[in-house]
Amino acid sequence: MEPRRPSRVIDPKVRKVGFFTPGPPPDRTRSGPAATTPTRNQSPVSNSLSPVMIPPARHASDNLSRAVGMPVPVASQLHAHPPADSLQVGSYTPSDSVISASPTRSPSSRIGLDGEFSEDSINWMKRSNSGRISAARPTGGPDLKQSVEALINVAEGNKPGTTSGMSAPAQTSKPVNKPNQKKDGPPMVSSTIVPERKGGDKPPEKDRKKDMPPPRMQFDDKSRVEKAKKRSVTKQTEARNRVELFRHLPQYERGNQLSDLESKFFQLDHVHPAVYKVGLQFLAGDIMWSNTRCIAMLQAFQKVIEDYSTPSEKTLARDLTSKINSSVSFLIECRPLSISMGNAIRFLKSRIAKITLAQTESEAKTFLCSDIDRYINEKIVLADKVIVRHAVTKIRDGDVLLTYGSSSLVEMILLHAHELRRQFRVVVVDSRPNLEGQQLLRRLVEKGFSCTYTHINAVSYIMHEVTRIFLGAASVLSNGTVYSTVGTACIAMVAHAHHVPVLICCESYKFHERVQLDSICNPDAIAKVPGRTNNCLDDWAGKENLQLLNLAYDVTPSDYVSMIVTEHGMIPPTSVPVIVREYGREHLLI
Amino acid sequence: MENTYLSVIFHSTKSYIGLKVVFFCHSGPFRILVKRSFFIEDLIWRELLRHIGILFIHHSIIHDLSNKLLGVIFIIIMPDTHALVNDFLNQLKKRKIEGSKATAKLTAELLRSVISQQRIPHTNQAGALIQAIKAIGEQLIAANPVEVAVGNIVRRVLHIIREEDLSLTTASIGGLSLHPMSDDEDNVDPDDLSAAAVAAAARSTLRAPSLQTLLEGVPHSAPLHQSSSSAGDSEEKTKSTDKNSRSRKLKHHVIETVNELIRDITTCHELIAEQAVEHIHHNEVILTLGSSGTVIEFLCAAKEKKRSFRVFVAEGAPRYQGHTLAKELVARGLQTTVITDSAVFAMISRVNMVIVGAHAVMANGGVIAPVGLNMVALAAQRHAVPFVVLAGIHKLCPLYPHNPQVLLNELKSPSELLDFGEFSDCMDFGIASASPLLHVVNPAFDYVPPKLVSLFITDTGGHNPSYMYRLIADYYSADDLVLQQRPTS
Repeated sequence: MEPRRPSRVIDPKVRKVGFFTPGPPPDRTRSGPAATTPTRNQSPVSNSLSPVMIPPARHASDNLSRAVGMPVPVASQLHAHPPADSLQVGSYTPSDSVISASPTRSPSSRIGLDGEFSEDSINWMKRSNSGRISAARPTGGPDLKQSVEALINVAEGNKPGTTSGMSAPAQTSKPVNKPNQKKDGPPMVSSTIVPERKGGDKPPEKDRKKDMPPPRMQFDDKSRVEKAKKRSVTKQTEARNRVELFRHLPQYERGNQLSDLESKFFQLDHVHPAVYKVGLQFLAGDIMWSNTRCIAMLQAFQKVIEDYSTPSEKTLARDLTSKINSSVSFLIECRPLSISMGNAIRFLKSRIAKITLAQTESEAKTFLCSDIDRYINEKIVLADKVIVRHAVTKIRDGDVLLTYGSSSLVEMILLHAHELRRQFRVVVVDSRPNLEGQQLLRRLVEKGFSCTYTHINAVSYIMHEVTRIFLGAASVLSNGTVYSTVGTACIAMVAHAHHVPVLICCESYKFHERVQLDSICNPDAIAKVPGRTNNCLDDWAGKENLQLLNLAYDVTPSDYVSMIVTEHGMIPPTSVPVIVREYGREHLLI
Repeated sequence: MENTYLSVIFHSTKSYIGLKVVFFCHSGPFRILVKRSFFIEDLIWRELLRHIGILFIHHSIIHDLSNKLLGVIFIIIMPDTHALVNDFLNQLKKRKIEGSKATAKLTAELLRSVISQQRIPHTNQAGALIQAIKAIGEQLIAANPVEVAVGNIVRRVLHIIREEDLSLTTASIGGLSLHPMSDDEDNVDPDDLSAAAVAAAARSTLRAPSLQTLLEGVPHSAPLHQSSSSAGDSEEKTKSTDKNSRSRKLKHHVIETVNELIRDITTCHELIAEQAVEHIHHNEVILTLGSSGTVIEFLCAAKEKKRSFRVFVAEGAPRYQGHTLAKELVARGLQTTVITDSAVFAMISRVNMVIVGAHAVMANGGVIAPVGLNMVALAAQRHAVPFVVLAGIHKLCPLYPHNPQVLLNELKSPSELLDFGEFSDCMDFGIASASPLLHVVNPAFDYVPPKLVSLFITDTGGHNPSYMYRLIADYYSADDLVLQQRPTS
């Protein structure tokens, strides 16, 4: 069991620094006797998912390759391949912001004090350097060319794919009408675009060789931000007054990219129309909840796969992965991915990687599509049903249940309890700027629930009456902290102070070993106060000293959480890593 | 008995406060004779005529009638104070006065004018003043029980009267005791005695709230009476002409001190702000919620001393006073960031100090504060961030709270949270089931227990929450804690 030693060495650091936690579990799965054979298959998976959003995974594999002692040349080769677009993508993961580093570190949401973080990132860089350089250097030269070529091929290869696919499924959807006109466009457009991409990609590639940039985009580094801007598809204007403390995070204005992106439709021919549509919906905020977002994304990928045809002299597994990668990067530009989406992408890639050469293309496609369906069904739809069944047992007659914002899962639970004729009252707590609770309240009142509505400041007033709290979550991290809509932590904290049990309802596919802060949203949302005529913050952008900050997520420490309801049962927050380990593996190998 | 009259003499009754008094009389089998020389509004006359037989006489014939009069009641109505009191009561009831500082100031000014117009009997002057103030104070407190500042100021004024009375008594006795001492030295005993009595009286009036006073249940006027009567006795011994000057002196002193109190209330900002530099350091990040003038002054005072720091302002839904605060701070050149209330927990880890204003500070060190602060205080405690409350002395309430989250709270209009137009269709739903389906809760205040407060900064300096009760004992007399009149007295 040689390979285990390093993991034990890393152990203390696991406790110290947040995202080292992912290290051990994958290590073990791979080095364990059962999982030794799939290494070859798996390493590309973890590699290829690195560009998407999850540096730790990449890092983990780096770790692994170092720990195992340079496992197979194949791995290193594959290793060198993804950077071609990981550059484009990886540097563009605004989602992997620094803030994410912290919450695992301490259970609170103490958001990485700068000192701590820089230490982290240095460590990080060292590690990834040592791993990567050793792996990538020897083969770097030729591989680089190859990958660039491959990229160009992808860009070109896309077109036949999209145009051919255009025929059947896409005609119904709205944006597809335009592609029809596109048919005369493509040759021209592609010829202009391809060199552009070459030019855009190469210099940073060299750059990377030279000084190994930190894996995450640091938005306070001006030169990098400039580079990323050049590469990006959507033009994001930076928020006018950025918050000093969060310089290292992307602070863009939302809303104005939409029109920009719409106008760019013809140039973005490497993006499948379905993905494009979903991206626009993310951007416009039409799809809000992590479940619906995840489903929308998976269904878009399904279409991508249906419309896909492998170009000649290419293998489906590789080419499709890179295609998915480019779609993912597009989606990230629209809105940073949620953790659940990252998990889903990881799953999809693992499935793609599993496709062997023996399978025909159509076989592979149906295989993948049915897998996506199964994933949606098992991980989301069925899981929700099971969770509802579990959670309903915790609702008794006479209860006063509090919920915050609007969670589809909690709503299902309440509805089911109502169907069972439980007598209870619901307290809906809401907060600005989205006021999501109002929609939930409306739906509940229309169903005949007896409701109380209040805002988040009054939560300590209302908490005296409350007997139970049901909250949804965007993700649960392996140290038991809950990553959810901003304000959840406040609710849980007040509940904890009043000794009211807090139940977090979350499908286990949202569990993850690490943290990310999704975004800092549109600051204009704060300035708008509904139903007010004289708004004192209307001209906020004109004032130099005034910034508006609108966080989207926060992190609830695990000691505020009494119980997490998952489809695997009701567990204490301390058991989350177990679920991540035991079932997380399963979702890679279904 | 037809000819017997009860004469009611009005002193320039401009408002019809007097009506109530008049109505007390109208049930008797007598007629009321009104001296006509005073101007009374027509409306009131009409009211009076409807109820009582009133004979209008000219003041020149009053002597002739005097043998037929049942009695003469002087109803001295001071229209100005009464109108003022009434106005103020109305404003309090309608919640038109906002902010404890404004309320405190107005209350003090009102009480000052009440004192100045109060007629004081020769004996037991302080007692009479106290009675008058208590009567008005009770009304005021009942008008807005949540606004603790009213009660605080009433108690402060009562305390001032007691103190002034005491200092006058001791002064006069001191003066007296000097006299006989110089005259003949045999007469020492009675003076010592009286001095001792005064000292005892002083102790009992100015005693801090203690278990003994509560147990004894000493009628609040007793010590006063004793002291004033003893003073009166001694006065009678020497000069009875001193009385008038004394009564004027007491009033004068009381009004002087009330003026000082008003000045203190207006300047407490500055005194608190002076301490800002000690607490705000370079490059710190400060979080605040809601709007408070004291906080603005405090922050700006630090800014003026060239401290550079950043301020996070939670917007304070549903009234969004944070927006006004932010605007004000930006206008004064501070780096300000507005965040949503829900982001408080996420942001608190970046914050060095939470500085907030209070609505009231209770005797146990608990704080009645704008809604949402309990949450902020909990988050601050979690992250070991100091939670500093700025409070002028007028916000110190000598009462201990019981269930303050409910009893010292006020529910505001639901329309601040929900648009009725949007939800009216849902609200109708409740008719069938006889109970409304939708409640909207919009409390105005939060209670922050003392254990969550790190420091109070008042105009007298910084204090621990546990010390508040002692500070309060300096400003209030134990006898005034309960303002409701006891049936016995």
